[in-house]
Amino acid sequence: MHEAMVAESIIESILAQVPKKNGRVIKVVISCGQINALNDEAMEFAFDAVAEGTICKGAQLKIRHIPLKAICKTCNKKFDYDLYNPQCPKCSKSDIKIGEDAPLLLEEIEFEEDTD
Amino acid sequence: MKIKIEKRILAKNEDYASANKKFFKRNGIFCINMISSPGSGKTTILEQTAKAMKNKIKIAVIEGDLYTEYDANRIRKTGLQAVQIETKGACHLIAEQITKAVHKLDTDNLNVIVIENVGNLVCPSDFDLGELARVVVLSTAEGDDKCAKYPKSFAQADVLLINKIDLARHLDFKIAKVKRDARKLNKDLKIFEISAKTSAGMDKWFDWILKVATENTEI
Repeated sequence: MHEAMVAESIIESILAQVPKKNGRVIKVVISCGQINALNDEAMEFAFDAVAEGTICKGAQLKIRHIPLKAICKTCNKKFDYDLYNPQCPKCSKSDIKIGEDAPLLLEEIEFEEDTD
Repeated sequence: MKIKIEKRILAKNEDYASANKKFFKRNGIFCINMISSPGSGKTTILEQTAKAMKNKIKIAVIEGDLYTEYDANRIRKTGLQAVQIETKGACHLIAEQITKAVHKLDTDNLNVIVIENVGNLVCPSDFDLGELARVVVLSTAEGDDKCAKYPKSFAQADVLLINKIDLARHLDFKIAKVKRDARKLNKDLKIFEISAKTSAGMDKWFDWILKVATENTEI
């Protein structure tokens, strides 16, 4: 459950970034790679728990999973690498050059200011 | 109102990890992050390594567990320096804990630091500690399907130690299958078949440690 630590870091970053405290965060968009992957259910659970009592309470969490680009060294086919089935979808060889995995990123938040 | 942030979520851990790595390189220390399930034999492997390397290189160990000083005490009995990190429930170590633990070690003339991570084949693999090599241990009692089930730990490792090979024939553990699965995930993976209990195959692992400690370059 390292998602708990990821959730804590997200909330910490948001609290450091939001312009004013008189409002609330309604949406949070994060992204992850395939090796640096997150489990959606565990992440949502951890986020909701850590958001409790902060301006992020009740915010919707959107997790974008960024594919890991790979190229087959045998047939030069470019494809999205599947960690659970690491072979070329065209020639089935597994001599593959893998690109850089996307990091865990806090992309953007949607903030709603109090009007009163 | 939408606010673009574009910030790395684990930036704090990455900063500590990169500082650790710089420290290790500057001081000629080869740091190994050892990952496995609980009970795979990490501490026994390190006890045997300590005894075999005693007059050759200087090793220190950082132990990570949820609770107790048991493992650090086992290592100290071999004559090595050991620092215990108690995570109090956390399932993996983070780079900041390593920075603090290294400060407690006498790093003069130290060749190798081995970090024995918390026993867990999932979470530790997501946290760079600043190590120069990652070693994953899989023992035969865990079953020969683990590379396929827990691919991340194997995909990101430099070395795989298949431990307790003396038990393989009693457990229907197919070493060839594990090697095939592991190499599919990671074709450059170095694999050593060992038994820390009987010492079978341990000489090759010792040779590897000696080599990396002497060359001290990132793998």
